[in-house]
Amino acid sequence: MTKIAVHDPRGYPPKVTGKRLAPRLESLDGKVIFLVDCQFDNSDVFMQQMREWFAEHLPRVQTRIIETRESWVDDADMRATVAREGDGAILGVGL
Amino acid sequence: MALEESGVPAIAVHTQPFARLAKSTALANGMPRARQVFVPQPVVGVSAAQLRAYIEGTDQITKRPFVQEVIEGLTHALDSEDLKGMSFERSTPRLLEPDTEENLNELFIRNRWTDMLPVVLPTEERVARMLKGTSHPPDKVVGRLRPTAFREAWEFTVEKVAVNAVMAGARPEYLPVILALAASGQTARSSSTNSFATISVVNGPIRNEIGMDSGIGVMGPYNHANATIGRAYGLLSQNLQGGSVPGETYMGTLGNWYGYTACFPEAEERSPWEPFHVEQGFKPSDSTVSVFFGGWYTHAGQGPRETWQDLLIRTLIATDHYLPPFLVMDPIAAREFDKLGFNKQRLAAWCAEHARLPARDYWDNQWIQTLMHPLAVAGVEPYASRLKAAPDELVNLFLPEDINIIIAGGETQGFWKIFGGRYGGRGPGAPITDKGEAASPTISVDAWR
Repeated sequence: MTKIAVHDPRGYPPKVTGKRLAPRLESLDGKVIFLVDCQFDNSDVFMQQMREWFAEHLPRVQTRIIETRESWVDDADMRATVAREGDGAILGVGL
Repeated sequence: MALEESGVPAIAVHTQPFARLAKSTALANGMPRARQVFVPQPVVGVSAAQLRAYIEGTDQITKRPFVQEVIEGLTHALDSEDLKGMSFERSTPRLLEPDTEENLNELFIRNRWTDMLPVVLPTEERVARMLKGTSHPPDKVVGRLRPTAFREAWEFTVEKVAVNAVMAGARPEYLPVILALAASGQTARSSSTNSFATISVVNGPIRNEIGMDSGIGVMGPYNHANATIGRAYGLLSQNLQGGSVPGETYMGTLGNWYGYTACFPEAEERSPWEPFHVEQGFKPSDSTVSVFFGGWYTHAGQGPRETWQDLLIRTLIATDHYLPPFLVMDPIAAREFDKLGFNKQRLAAWCAEHARLPARDYWDNQWIQTLMHPLAVAGVEPYASRLKAAPDELVNLFLPEDINIIIAGGETQGFWKIFGGRYGGRGPGAPITDKGEAASPTISVDAWR
């Protein structure tokens, strides 16, 4: 059977540069954990339930709900607030 | 992941069907060990009690308690794998290993480089012939594409576009249109759950130069240029952006047949109104292609008959109205509307004025909630006013500038169709330039001759 050469149809992927995770907390006790509502439909209800769960089971954790400016948009102001005032973050609910 | 870079430990909650996508996105962003937890699908439309049950239940991937995963994700010390991150280079070769035609066809299917219909294998000879359709050098960078805003963008050259044009069965003279589509920054293979496709419209002299047909069966499988240009746009989108793989880089729950091919020319010579590209500021002698993003809903009607106003209003309010409509109208229908005193702008304004729903109904839409509600809360008009309206108060669904009209068809009937198709604007899949600005959905074909 005759062999033929053909082009690869794919584009060129960018180089991936590794990024380190932030150091983890020793404990959540007394820490401020932001619950980031990413503004998908019903994610506000999910985050409220997360907040209530923490209040009932880990009351020494301070939770604060914060919303992104829009869904689908990186919100630098939100991130700055979390970095300035928080110790950790739970984000959701992404699809 | 940006929070982690700021020194804030974070964990992201996703729904189970998005596990592969979430993990591959983390890998492509250089943070493969980003902490993620997974609840059941759906979250939308689920009661607070059910969401609480998700939280008190198990992670859908690890099967360990969800909250335990959350807490450990924020508190467990990082290990050596976490700390090193992951940098790597990927490359794609220019040519594949030579093989038989049968094996190569199987390879293309197995690697999901096709739309699952037979393709023309892109041999060196065929690609070289295709490249004669443009004056631009093969190694010139055309642009970048991505399946969604959160994925990395892949770059591609004129030659890579030509490769996909060959695969689609296109002819060299179509290449400038295909290059313009590739340069749009708008993928025809969005990964959105909404199963978006694109519908592209060609204007100007290029339509006749390459034998496109705006007549009978304009949106069907009856014209070689119409069919293969649209197909090439789909193939190049999936291959040049790094894939369109279900569960990983494609999440459209129902899929979309417009994804196979959806490109047609406007019937400028038979239209009573000015061509679409002229509305956008181009000269009639310019050749352009315009991209409408969506293709989610399709409605149809005849007109204008005696009750045309009721029919058009019923149709417009039946749309999934987070996605603006564009009308494709047979010249017979267009001329009848013209006799009533309309042109494109006046008809769009009439539609915007009369397409109204009670505010309660307008807001009871998942994507209106997701996309428009945050804007309304932030005071952005017209969404803020729509949010202030009482539940029974009628609110307008569209702005006049949201609605676009294209004339095409074979004049065997005075039909029109309405498609979901955003022209520019914001939302998932909106094309942006390298500077982060909104990209124009109408692209010069002449620039790619």
